[in-house]
Amino acid sequence: MNVIPLGLFELSLASLLVLLLAWLSFRHRLEIERPLLIAALRTTVQLSLIGLVLNAVFTTVNFWLVLLIWALMLAAAGYEVMSRQKVKVKGPARFMIGTSSMMLSSFSIMVLILALVIKVEPWYSPRYAIPILGMLLGNTMNGVALAMNTFSTLAWNRRAVIEQRLALGQPSGEAIEDIWRESVRTGLIPIINSMAAAGLVSLPGMMTGQILAGNTATDAVRYQILIMFMISSGTGFGVILSLWLMRRRMFDTRDRLRMRDSFHVG
Amino acid sequence: MTGNRENPALTMNGLQVEQLRFLGRGPYNFAVPAGSIFGLSGSSGSGKTLLLRAISDLDPNEGRVTLNGVCSNDLPASEWRRKVAWLPAESLWWHDRVGAHFWQIPPLQWFNSLGFAEEVVNWEISRLSTGEKQRLAILRLLQHRPSALLLDEPTASLDKANITAVENFITDYLKENNGLAIWVSHDSEQLERVGACHYAMLLGGEMRKLR
Repeated sequence: MNVIPLGLFELSLASLLVLLLAWLSFRHRLEIERPLLIAALRTTVQLSLIGLVLNAVFTTVNFWLVLLIWALMLAAAGYEVMSRQKVKVKGPARFMIGTSSMMLSSFSIMVLILALVIKVEPWYSPRYAIPILGMLLGNTMNGVALAMNTFSTLAWNRRAVIEQRLALGQPSGEAIEDIWRESVRTGLIPIINSMAAAGLVSLPGMMTGQILAGNTATDAVRYQILIMFMISSGTGFGVILSLWLMRRRMFDTRDRLRMRDSFHVG
Repeated sequence: MTGNRENPALTMNGLQVEQLRFLGRGPYNFAVPAGSIFGLSGSSGSGKTLLLRAISDLDPNEGRVTLNGVCSNDLPASEWRRKVAWLPAESLWWHDRVGAHFWQIPPLQWFNSLGFAEEVVNWEISRLSTGEKQRLAILRLLQHRPSALLLDEPTASLDKANITAVENFITDYLKENNGLAIWVSHDSEQLERVGACHYAMLLGGEMRKLR
């Protein structure tokens, strides 16, 4: 049971499709050929490099090396979340809020799954630990970035209403509860939708990969259900944690709205 | 910048502002005895609104503000703001209907004295005029029965008949509840009608007694 190996020649056949699309774009002045070719090149180079790295990492089982890779993945996700905010937190918290909440939720769920559910020996085996964190972080990152952006943007735009509610004697949590609820929902809707559509519309990537690799569909399905539970809970915990940290920046201990002092647009 | 310090028995009951500093302003020292109205006028930009915000603890401030002997810092901020309630010059509404902004529906008599029937709770916010919003904002402000009202031009958007109704309604409320108010108004006749002492805030933020 092995995947049919893909030769370089066969791969270059597939690349002809991209070249054909680029030619079409050039002929009809769609002006998309440059970004398309650059992105195609980036995908080839980046994936080839990470392939080399992973090959090296998979052959050794070194905890510190795995830890280093996890840290790099987390930092990249944290940077991505930060750069997707329109209304930004001032200071180092801009990076730390998203990063620390993704770390807490993704790492704890990953350890739980590796040690207690899949029961890999040792639990940090890179062949499991790196792809699982990748899937967790990838989804959590999207959810956290969406939720944080919604939360800070709505709070910024509706800051006068929030102050009106504070002035009427509502505690800060109550004065912002509709924005809070809307933001959590925004962060979680994509993963809830993809759980609802799984199997009917889409065969998720990991399951497709396992089937292509020759595993039985039953095994692939079980892994996929596990992954779905894992990423939905990881996204949810990460979203709630990050919004909670952000809300602490919005108000001081006397329930005063501090949007202008702790946030800026740009 | 002196207040009614002549009578120590009165200063215990009421609002006391001592050494209040905020956003580079102050210090302010004055007292508003229970049952009285402190009238305040002054050109826009002199910081009247900022003073009201600092007293209701919505902006960072130093010093002491006490109501009937209880200091603002000894209460949770939300509880303080229910007792020392600020009415902003422009009222904002966040639900679709009037009633959703009330924790408890005020007595029918309140609605009537401001020219509303009780069905007003079912009205849509988007259909209210500025004047209706302002009068409803006053009812909304009073639902927690505050003892101190910080009124920021409460009648600026109202016609003559409604100005009288609001003046009467607020002075009646203060009498019944032994409450007090800081009443910001450009109309010195209004301040006289409601029986307020009259201070002016100068551009630098200094307060001067006029009457």
